[in-house]
Amino acid sequence: MEQQKWTTVVKSDSGINMDLKGLKNCRDLILLFVRRTFVAKYKQTVLGPAWAVIQPFFTTVVYSVFFGNIAGLGASGVPNFIFYLSGTIVWTLFANCLNETSHTFTGNAGILGKVYFPRLVMPISTAVSQFIGFFIQFTFMLIFMVYYLITDAGLKPNIYILMFPLVLIQLAILGMGFGMIISALTTKYRDLAMVVGFGVSLWSYCSPVAYDMFSRSQLAPGSTFYSIYMLNPVTPAINIFRYGFLGSGDVDWLFYGISWVTTAVVAVIGALMFSKSEKTFMDTV
Amino acid sequence: MEELAIRVEHVSKEYRLGAIGGATLKGEIQSKLAKLLKKEDPNLKIGEKAHGKNERFLALDDLSFDIKKGETVGIIGRNGAGKSTILKLICRVTAPTKGNIYLNGRITSMLEVGTGFHPELTGRENVYLNGAILGMSKAEIDKKFDEIVEFSEVGQFIETPVKRYSSGMKVKLAFAVASHLDSEIMIMDEVLAVGDVAFQNKCIDRMKKVAEEEGRTILYVSHNMQTVKSLCNRCIVLSRGQVAFEGETEDAIAVYMQDESLDNTTFFDTSDAKRHPKCNQRHLLQNLHMYESKTNTVDYGDVFPFRIEWKSENDTERLLMKMVINGIDATPVGVIFGGELKHKEGINSAEFTFDTSYLVPGKYTVDIILYDEDKSGSIMFYDRATALRFTVEHSEESIKLKHWFKDWGNAVLPCIEQINGGNKNV
Repeated sequence: MEQQKWTTVVKSDSGINMDLKGLKNCRDLILLFVRRTFVAKYKQTVLGPAWAVIQPFFTTVVYSVFFGNIAGLGASGVPNFIFYLSGTIVWTLFANCLNETSHTFTGNAGILGKVYFPRLVMPISTAVSQFIGFFIQFTFMLIFMVYYLITDAGLKPNIYILMFPLVLIQLAILGMGFGMIISALTTKYRDLAMVVGFGVSLWSYCSPVAYDMFSRSQLAPGSTFYSIYMLNPVTPAINIFRYGFLGSGDVDWLFYGISWVTTAVVAVIGALMFSKSEKTFMDTV
Repeated sequence: MEELAIRVEHVSKEYRLGAIGGATLKGEIQSKLAKLLKKEDPNLKIGEKAHGKNERFLALDDLSFDIKKGETVGIIGRNGAGKSTILKLICRVTAPTKGNIYLNGRITSMLEVGTGFHPELTGRENVYLNGAILGMSKAEIDKKFDEIVEFSEVGQFIETPVKRYSSGMKVKLAFAVASHLDSEIMIMDEVLAVGDVAFQNKCIDRMKKVAEEEGRTILYVSHNMQTVKSLCNRCIVLSRGQVAFEGETEDAIAVYMQDESLDNTTFFDTSDAKRHPKCNQRHLLQNLHMYESKTNTVDYGDVFPFRIEWKSENDTERLLMKMVINGIDATPVGVIFGGELKHKEGINSAEFTFDTSYLVPGKYTVDIILYDEDKSGSIMFYDRATALRFTVEHSEESIKLKHWFKDWGNAVLPCIEQINGGNKNV
């Protein structure tokens, strides 16, 4: 008797079953989702992608005026504006990756409830699409950098500038990891979705976004809180980015290594939790 | 041995009744804690019992069937029979609780309109996106793009955002994409409900072609027995999560249409039947009794009396009655007006006669509608319930219908009266 062959077996066991093989064939799908997110976001707006710049610009202005000038938390040696701008755009990349991926299941229940495709496509494309906005902002930042370099405002770009792609990828993976954990948990409990928004903004105050940690005696290297503060995986990443482009601050390789370990752990846990809940999330979402 | 496309093996899908867990983490912890302390669950509504392990709902109960490669199989059954659930499992949207499903080939699913259409994107962008979601690569879509657009009949709107499309256009485009995919198995759930008749026929022709020429397997779910009949060569009837019947389409539809518990009964209790939400139920049909008949099978030409009983909340409203006759495949045959019903508060009854000589021999169901309408024609629905099921059998009088064809329809209208005639040359 001829042996019946099967290409797919849908099993009932609730174990984790990551469809990595299917994911490889999904490059076109990821790109199309990225395109969809980008196109849909700016359709029917007059300013279009310029919005990507407007938001961090005003945030930076507010930070510079209130935290930098009035509260005196700004950096020493570099202009407040470029200091805050660099921190803001890197933080925004991370925060957007986290926020957007955390809605994966609840926001896309319509599509996910009807067709199967490797579910990891969703968070990956969300994270990738955040880079479009980031690079617009990044170009904006480079323009100001050039301006400050010409006016010799104290910027000292150095070889660490080459680290920036690694920093960005790390932050995207970290944001995606946390986002996947949250999206897996929110299929059942919507409570967490409430926490995400303000949780992320609280987190930004625990990271060197709105102030310069190196000019604060409580946080600078050697201080009591330094080690605890640096365990926040976003902190060493932002520090390297700023140090490379502006020459402001310092690089601590030990904590940068730890931050990568944290990122990897979060990403793996996120992917596992995501894959576990993707099988039956339609029943509870 | 013929090659199989799908094998469903002892599949069960279980849903918990009521809310899924607590609606919030706090709620769930409260419930768990209460259970632990053997106290009453604070999250239960009054009168509700705690959900024990047994209080679960089996949407699919140990379901097994095979589908051969190249077959066009219809899945029919009442609402809640598990049709959509089994399709969801086959599409891998959700996982079975027990059992395995084996698939041979890529699957395209088209469960409802415009799966994955993004309203802001244009038709063209959505074709690519939808194709990719359904598993096509960009190169494959490039190759088929013109064919898809041509089939969809929306060519001139292809650069328009989909949010400006009518629902019919969306279905056309969605169907065009799905039906042009190179997948081995196609799953269609009620997709043809929207769209005009011409396009429906075009879709059915396309699906037939796809099944016959390209050897693709099609699973089709619909309540529209006409399309099931014209498309499927085999049907599976589901009932309460199990296979009630498997076989020829015509037989399967007959099984689906008849509810065994209502055969050979002349008393139809409608007091507990589900009502359409539009009915305000101020007058509620309780039962229908064919009080002089022994069974609900009547000879053609017979006139049988029946009595209906209904409960009225008041005696001030005017109450009208009409009946809609439906055929075995749920196609409406016609409407009969029953006039005004006299009534007082409480249980009322009225008797009517039903003349079967207007119906071609076959099985019918009758919906009784209680309503009122004002002079402008706006209607107030009190109640609508399927209250009667009967079979008209051939008799001596039905000789004129001996050579009846489907395309005659099921209603025999009154004879026309000849008022004049003769040779014109006179």
